[in-house]
This record gives sequence, structure tokens and C-alpha cells, in this order.
Amino acid sequence: MGSIERAATNGDPTIALPAHDAPAIRLEQLCRHYRMGETLIRAVDGVTLRIATGEFVALLGSSGSGKSSVLNLIAGLDRPTSGSVTAQERNLAELSREELAKYRLHTVGMVFQSFNLIASMTLAENVELPMRFAEIDRGERDGLAREALARVGLQARMNHRPSELSGGEQQRAALARALINRPKLLLADEPTGNLDSRTGTEIMNMVRDFNRQLGMTIVMVTHERALAERYAQRLIFLADGKLVSDEANAPTLTNVTSHARPGEIQ
Amino acid sequence: MKLPDLTKLAFRNLRESVLRNSLTTVGISVGVASLVAMLSLGIGLQQLASRRLMKSGLFDTVVVTSRRDLRNNREQDNSGPAPGESRLLDEPTRAEIEHLPNVVEAYPDIRFITELRYQDKPHLTTVAALPASAKSTDAFEGVQGRFFSSDTAPEAILQKTFAEELLGRTPKSGVDETNVAELAAPLLGKELTMRYAQREKQNTPATTATPGVSSFGTDLSGAAYSVVSREQKLTIVGVADLDPESMRGPTRGRVFLPLGLAQALHVMQPTDLREISHASDQPVYSSVSVHVKNPGQVQKVEDAIKKMGFNTFSILDASRSIQQFFKVLDVFLGIFGSLALAVAFIGIVNTLVMAILERRREIGIMKAIGASDGDVKKLFFAEAGAMGILGGIVGVALGWAIGQVINLGTNVYLKRQGFPPDHFWAVPWWLVLFAILFSFIVSLAAGLYPAGRAARLDPVQALRYE
Repeated sequence: MGSIERAATNGDPTIALPAHDAPAIRLEQLCRHYRMGETLIRAVDGVTLRIATGEFVALLGSSGSGKSSVLNLIAGLDRPTSGSVTAQERNLAELSREELAKYRLHTVGMVFQSFNLIASMTLAENVELPMRFAEIDRGERDGLAREALARVGLQARMNHRPSELSGGEQQRAALARALINRPKLLLADEPTGNLDSRTGTEIMNMVRDFNRQLGMTIVMVTHERALAERYAQRLIFLADGKLVSDEANAPTLTNVTSHARPGEIQ
Repeated sequence: MKLPDLTKLAFRNLRESVLRNSLTTVGISVGVASLVAMLSLGIGLQQLASRRLMKSGLFDTVVVTSRRDLRNNREQDNSGPAPGESRLLDEPTRAEIEHLPNVVEAYPDIRFITELRYQDKPHLTTVAALPASAKSTDAFEGVQGRFFSSDTAPEAILQKTFAEELLGRTPKSGVDETNVAELAAPLLGKELTMRYAQREKQNTPATTATPGVSSFGTDLSGAAYSVVSREQKLTIVGVADLDPESMRGPTRGRVFLPLGLAQALHVMQPTDLREISHASDQPVYSSVSVHVKNPGQVQKVEDAIKKMGFNTFSILDASRSIQQFFKVLDVFLGIFGSLALAVAFIGIVNTLVMAILERRREIGIMKAIGASDGDVKKLFFAEAGAMGILGGIVGVALGWAIGQVINLGTNVYLKRQGFPPDHFWAVPWWLVLFAILFSFIVSLAAGLYPAGRAARLDPVQALRYE
């Protein structure tokens, strides 16, 4: 069975597969408020948004605009104060902590600005960690981890620890980990924020390849408009927790130049 | 997460902070070692006491008395016949008891107070008869000289205080520093003259029988006997280091004769007067000691003898209170031992809480990539459990080693004091398992709070943590 077919069937059976034309993500009057001393912080304030399956969306805004908060709410890492997040036809607000963990495990893959690899584990161990939580057998796990690291060009570094790798290599490993359980959503929070422009481009090309070839829905938080314009199909601007602009975009960079060749992705 | 993955991950995490986790594990080990050491000492002392009591030959001995002997009736079962109607403890009865299942031997308890002359000086003391089987008991383990050459040999073994008396020495009270070998040297092979009252059967009908009694047609001729003063020469063959005041039951005499000889002498016994109204050629005993195959059968044999209509007493009754004492001692020693484990408990909590602080971001990452609260909780539990098992194993080894060292030290001290070495320390297999399991459970309990705290961590906050 190929990776794309696996992506369609793998995952938590309790989470229903969406209808073909249903949006991958739907935010309705989404609010996330919290108190800091006497002040009420409105991190997300009444955002309504639909993201179609297979779309590559960039969330833009200045620091403190609420874009990372929206991403955390979509990832099920945080719960809204009011409003709803519906992902893959399930209202995340209605899910228990256990169900949210399963949602993160099977439906979402996350990539962070600071890579967030576990320093004490080798790359192979980091990549196979989500499969341990998914209780996949060791034999299958080893093969899949090796395959995922090969896909991002790190097969030779699989027994290295993150500290022995460059930033770009760490982010590639983080990408391999994010994709290991074949998620339907890839959420990237400033994925190139800690990388130089050449390495950033390399990573973004990979992300775009996954979007195109695996039909994966991608939501990327960035404050770099130029980067968003080069890769995303849609640019959503946030300011003070509110959605201020939602524009369609024609990605300017179209050629595939990443490490991951189409054959490897399959 | 599956158990093997959980275990692997837990050990990997423990290796990451190797110094802190090792110190915590050492803390657990010390706690377990103290628990094992304390309980081993309790068990060892209990086994030592049991061993000593068993060797004394009293643990497997039942003392049988007649219900006619009113002195022993206070705490006995009164469901049988009235004392006046109950059976005599005579020779046929002794033989009957000896043929009961699980009985090795049943011998009469012959003891009498009499005069012994040594170098023409009279000494009044209690003489007791010993069966040949007494040779293997603890009481004669350290005998100077030898045991009786035969069951009928005209030989005597002296208790050391009597030996001192014969030599004109005054026994010191308090600390016993008597050298038995020194006492025995001038006495062994010497002769003692024992004067005693012999019960001699009369060949003619009893002149003392009253006409009233004979009118019932009962032949009381066997009840008539004469009391004759006799002398018996005895060779001193041994001096025993046993205390007449200790719980050594039938060996409370100060001079011991072979049982066969004592029976042949027909020494007047107190029961002879009491049972004079009974016509019988057979000797009547005040008590019979029954040697049972093993202590486990003492109760059965006691019950069988009681059914025959006799009173019984065994040291097993007395040992119940000793066993109770050791149970209480074990509980106290266990509590003291557990105190160190309680300190280790706090150490585990501290280590794991520190680990949560250090690994806050790691917990956030794990949650972001799909770990459930349960996975995080189980991971911390596994780490606590792994420390518990490791600490338990090392602790048991440490406790055993401490025991060996103390045992060795005590034996060196005992040897210097002139006592034979012994085992004061026992680590039974169940204690090993119990200690490791207890350490595991205590560690899991210690992991309860940190694991819950780690599981409840907010992933967004945890991911922000640097």
C-alpha cells in the first residue's frame, strides 16, 4: 500500500473521514481570551474561517497578532474561550483530553520554529516517537522511521542526536516526525524562523511537495509575507486577534527543487 | 504506549540524569537495605530461638500426667471422667502411648530427692533419670566427659552447679564464668554413693489391708510393699553445662542417671503413696515424657493422649507466646526499617518533580505530537517503578551484605567470649521478593503525585518553556 492510500485509511478510526468537499478546518467566531493580572488578553477574537482540504494557507501578522494562538487551537493544544474549531468534521471543543490527544496523534502533524526535537533521543527515536504513542509494532516502526528520514535526506544521520545536526537538518527531521503518522493536516509555526534563507527554501519546498503530492492541508504561521507569497495559495492576515484580510494568492515559486524527489514521497 | 516501549523510554530517561537518578536509587537501596536488615535480624533471631528450642528436645515433647494428679488439673479439659475415676499412668499405659502414631518414645519421668555421698560428705539433691535419646539434645552438647555407656550402667552425669558443690566451690551469681572443663577434670571417673528409698514388693498378703476393704472382694495384695534403704555406687562420667532453672523440662535435676538403671532401682516415688490403694504389680508414674517425631505432630499426639483420659502439656503451648513476641518484634523492626524507605519515598518525589521541571518542554513536545495524559503519566510511573525495582534489588543485596558482616562480627565476638558461633541473620527468599515488591510499590506511590502533575501540564505553556 502506498503512502497516499495509507494516509486515507490510517489514523484514529474514531475520527470520521470528511466528505470530499467538506472543509478541512472550520473556525466559527473563535475566541481565545485569557487574563494576565487585571488585563484581559484577547489573543484570538471572533475569527471565522474555512480552509479547504488540500489548501496551503499562510497565517500572517505581526508578533502578538494571534496567529500562533489560532494554530494551537487548530492543533487541539488549546481550547477556545468561545466559538468552535471543526477539523475533519469534528468539533474539537467537544472532544475529551484523550480524544484530543488521538486527534493530534493521527490527524495533525506539527512543525515548530525551534524544531522541538527531544535532545536526548537520536533522530530515529524522535521520528518514531509518535508511532510509539500510536502503539505501532517495533518492526514496522523501524522501517517507517528509516523511510521517513530517507525522504528528507537524513538516512545517514538517523543515529545522531539533534545537537549534532544543523538547523536545517533538525527541521527536516521535525518534518519527518510530523509526517510519520500520515496526518491530514500539517501545521507549521514559523518553520523557517530559525533557518537561513537557503535552508528555509529547502524546507519550504518540502512542505509544498507534501501539499501537492499527498494532498495534505497545510496551515503555516509566518510573519514573512514574501515567503508566504512564494508558497501559499491563500494569505490570511491577523491583527490583535482579529482576521483583517483573507486573500487568494498565486504561489510564485513553482519548480520542485527539494531533497525529496517525487518517487521518495510516494 | 506499550509496556516494552514504556520501559525502554523510562530507562533511557533515567540514564539521561544519571547522577541524580543514581543518588535517588541509592536512597531507595539504603531504605530497602535497612528494611531487609531489620527484618532479617528479627527472622534470624526467631529461627535461632526455634532452633535452640528444637534442639533442646522440648519442642517435640509432650508431658503426660494423670488426671488423678490434682495439682495439674487447673487449666485442663474437665470434660473427661472425674479425677477419682480416671486412669492410672502406669507401665501398660506408657506402652500404649508409645504405640500411638508419630510417637518415637514415651519414658517415665523419674526424679527424686536423695542423698549422695562424695568423699564421705553428704549432699542432698534432685536426681533425674534420662533416656538414651537425651544424648543428642542441646543440654548435653557441651558435656565434659561422655554420655552414659548404656541405659543400665551405674553412671552419673553431674550438672555443673552440683559439681561445684562437690568440689566445695561457691557458684557465683550473675555472670556465669564457670569453666566446665576445669570442674570436670578432678571429678570424672570418681565414685559417688547414692542412698535412696527402694520400694520392695512383699511376697505375703498385705497385713495392712483393712477388713472393710477386703469385704468388697478386691485383692489388694499388690498394693503392699516395703520401703528399704539402699545404696548404689555411681561413677561420674560427665559434667554438663546446663542450668537447672532454665526451661529444660525433665532435666531439672542436678544429677542424672540412665533411665534403665533408675527404673531397676525401684526408687520410691511420690505417686507410690498416692496410688497405694490400687492393686497393681506395675509401677505408676507421676508423669511420662512423650517424644514426638516432629513438632508438627505434637498437637495430634496431645489430642490422642487427652482422649485416653490424661492431662498433657507441651512446650509448644509456651512457644506460642514466644512466636507472638517475635511477630511483634518483626513489626517493630519492620517499622524502623521502613523509616529509611519513607525518606527514600520523599527522595523519589523530589527527583521526579525536578524531572518535570527540567523536562517540561519535552512533555509539551510529546503532547504536541500525540502523547495522551495517560502516556505521560505512565512514563513517569515507569521511571519511578524502574528506580524502585533497581533500588530494591541493590537494597536486598546491600541488606544481605550488612547481615553477613554483622553475623561475622557477632560470631567473632562470641568466639572470644567462648561461645559457639551461630546464625543470627536469615534472609528467606520470600523476604527478597517482598522487599523488591515493597520498594516497587513505594516508588510507584511516590510517583503518583509527580506523574499526575506531569500529565496535567498545559502543552502550550510547556512548549513556551525554555
